[in-house]
Amino acid sequence: MYGLGVFKGLAVTFKHFVETYVDEFRWSARGGRYYNDDALKVRQSLKSEGAITVMYPEEKLETPERFRFIPFLVMDDPAPGQKAGKDWCTSCGICAKVCPPQCIWIERGRQPNGRPKPEPEGFYIDIDICMNCGYCSEYCPFDAIKMDHDYELASYDRSTSHIHDKERLSKPISYWRKIAPLQAADEEMARQKAEEAKSQKRAARA
Amino acid sequence: MAEPTIEVVEAAEEAVDPAVTTAAALKEKFPDLVDDPRPNFSGIMVPADQLLAVARTLRDDCGFDYLSSVTGVDLLDDGKMEVVYHTYSIDQGGGAVVLKTQVDRQNPVVPSLVPLWPGADFQEREAYDLLGIQFEGHPDLRRILMWDGFEGHPLRKDWQEAFYEEESKPFKSRWPEGHVFRAEERTPFGKNVKYPAGWNLEDLEFDTDEEIYTGLTISRPKSQTDIRTDTVTVNIGPQHPSTHGVFRMVVTMNGETVVDLKPVMGYLHRNHEKIGERNTFLGNIPYTDRLDYLSSMSNNHGYMLAIEKLLGVKPPERAEWIRILMVELTRIVNHLWSLGFLINDLGAFQTPMLYLTIERELILDLFEATAGSRMMCNYMRFGGLAYDLPPFVRSQPTIEFLDELIHTRLPQILEEIDTYLTGNEIIRERCIGVGKLSRKDAIAYSTCGPVMRASGVNYDVRKAEPYSFYSHLNFDIPVRQNGDVFDRYMVRVQEMHQSLRILEQVFPHIVETQGMPILEGEPSYNVRVPQGGDAYGRVENPKGELGYYVTAKAKGTNPERYHIRAPSFINLTPLGLMSKGEKIADLVVVLGSIDIVLGETDR
Repeated sequence: MYGLGVFKGLAVTFKHFVETYVDEFRWSARGGRYYNDDALKVRQSLKSEGAITVMYPEEKLETPERFRFIPFLVMDDPAPGQKAGKDWCTSCGICAKVCPPQCIWIERGRQPNGRPKPEPEGFYIDIDICMNCGYCSEYCPFDAIKMDHDYELASYDRSTSHIHDKERLSKPISYWRKIAPLQAADEEMARQKAEEAKSQKRAARA
Repeated sequence: MAEPTIEVVEAAEEAVDPAVTTAAALKEKFPDLVDDPRPNFSGIMVPADQLLAVARTLRDDCGFDYLSSVTGVDLLDDGKMEVVYHTYSIDQGGGAVVLKTQVDRQNPVVPSLVPLWPGADFQEREAYDLLGIQFEGHPDLRRILMWDGFEGHPLRKDWQEAFYEEESKPFKSRWPEGHVFRAEERTPFGKNVKYPAGWNLEDLEFDTDEEIYTGLTISRPKSQTDIRTDTVTVNIGPQHPSTHGVFRMVVTMNGETVVDLKPVMGYLHRNHEKIGERNTFLGNIPYTDRLDYLSSMSNNHGYMLAIEKLLGVKPPERAEWIRILMVELTRIVNHLWSLGFLINDLGAFQTPMLYLTIERELILDLFEATAGSRMMCNYMRFGGLAYDLPPFVRSQPTIEFLDELIHTRLPQILEEIDTYLTGNEIIRERCIGVGKLSRKDAIAYSTCGPVMRASGVNYDVRKAEPYSFYSHLNFDIPVRQNGDVFDRYMVRVQEMHQSLRILEQVFPHIVETQGMPILEGEPSYNVRVPQGGDAYGRVENPKGELGYYVTAKAKGTNPERYHIRAPSFINLTPLGLMSKGEKIADLVVVLGSIDIVLGETDR
């Protein structure tokens, strides 16, 4: 019958239309379909039914651990009363070399006698250029640079606030443990293993 | 109306690579032809004056009737300019017969292959635009990506961009004395753009488009009826919601009927290839994501194949399975998106598109959890992958998520597409018989992917020249015969079914190989090509054949030449042909059915 296809299509649209209301009714006793973390989790999973809209910014999607948005520098948790802890960065320059759009500038630290010191004097990332590829954190041998999860970086003036300096980039290790607990634990284990291997070697040599 | 019969043609089993025998036969017939003498370079050197004769023999007598890629290479050290042609045989499958022609760099004149293969049109224009190679006999040799009046040919090795710093990355200014600066502060010209000598922006008259219009029929035709009509030339785009990006069509119309059409592109041109030649091998991977940004995983895959040939590494088993998993999911993502937009172009605004987007979002969730980004995945590495699958996707164990996605959700949406859209009379009325492309033209115009297969050409790189583990998988190539918009739609729907079939076969391997290595060797940021040479890696992208032509010097850290055979770009060549005689409302649908992404078209 001519026109049957159109009606079948309309039935699909109607099904989608009704599903959202059914789902809303289902959640009505459990805190509502929207602005409810449990409901959001279901709505954004394979079990979702009806509209999958996220009511941003009231609702925000959970970012997966590997999510990458603009790097940050890892430092030790600051001692009480201190603003910054010790940088993990040794200014070896691998991140600056591997960076595809070349958005990382590192000023290597110098000792009083002029020899290089394994600490960065300055560290800059131009976030307008950064393409969020994650190479810097992937190839950093010291786990000293990691990709952030903070994606709300809009600002009114790109000419003054979009080159992040070391102070702006540095975040304590506890922050990394919070946003990527599994990865942080894995890295910690790998570091410990490497440390043990090193000390064993040293003991064997002695 | 009868239900469309779904035709699925089995690909023929291939035996000895016909490219090898054909190359030998060619050399026998033309004694002047020699193999490329440089070590690790492949291809046959053809003198420029014999090129047409060799190409004609290749096409008519040897069955290598498909000119896939045309590109130029600037050999600055030798003072030569080289044009590289990749030809394939549709019926025999197998590898490429590569023709190379070298001419003097000062006066690079090569005969045009447009009389033999109209598909060479845009590609030769691109080589002219970016490298300054003159193609003798080309009907319309104009710049295609850069603007008229642009100075120089940007892919030449001695051309420097406005923000030029060094020949290749990494730049020395970044470390160890990295005093930060913004690129604008250091441009040698004081502006972003370099103008030719004698150019003054103030007295510039905007008449540069005249050339675009000249070829079009703008004279007043003799009317067949008594009504006096006049043809009108209209610009659709570059800022138009139906052109899928910044793309412009100059259309001459008689009433509502399209008489002639010329695509104008390059608005999103960023000289991807020059960036790639300045960049390291590794640094190019995230840039390939940004070509066809809807299918970044398979863009990665093509680039991996080319560079892995140069490096001589092979990924471990698990990496191959995960690659196929990701690539086939990408195909579904891309087709869902392109079908949604096709319906959008038909006038069913947004609703169907958003329904198809739901499943796309779920797949992108997997990409995000695995690679860290929904669209700019940057997931594959030379000899494997960056990371293994994550333990959880949206707080569900990954294997469970994949199982449910492949076996429940995706079949559901494919079924829904069939009831929702395929049978819909409006869609059928609008699509059947519109934008026809014959089988002969589909091959001659170098189209690829669903556009080609909808015109009755049974060609798919996954079968013709299997890469990765595709030869171990059981799937069919959907082929349809009418070559209209509806067939392109149906081929995409059927391809999704086939992708699902592949995913079902891949899934048990993903489960089995858990915990196995995903990368050959140690991850290294300093990738050097041991021997140099050239390599061409091609994959069947959702939009068609995506090829990467890369040449490198021994111990090189960056490509000497990095060319992309972009399916979106080359599929536009027959747009004028397909839309002639169509109504202007259908023109939008024809363009939608080609499924272009401007990130790849303009590069």
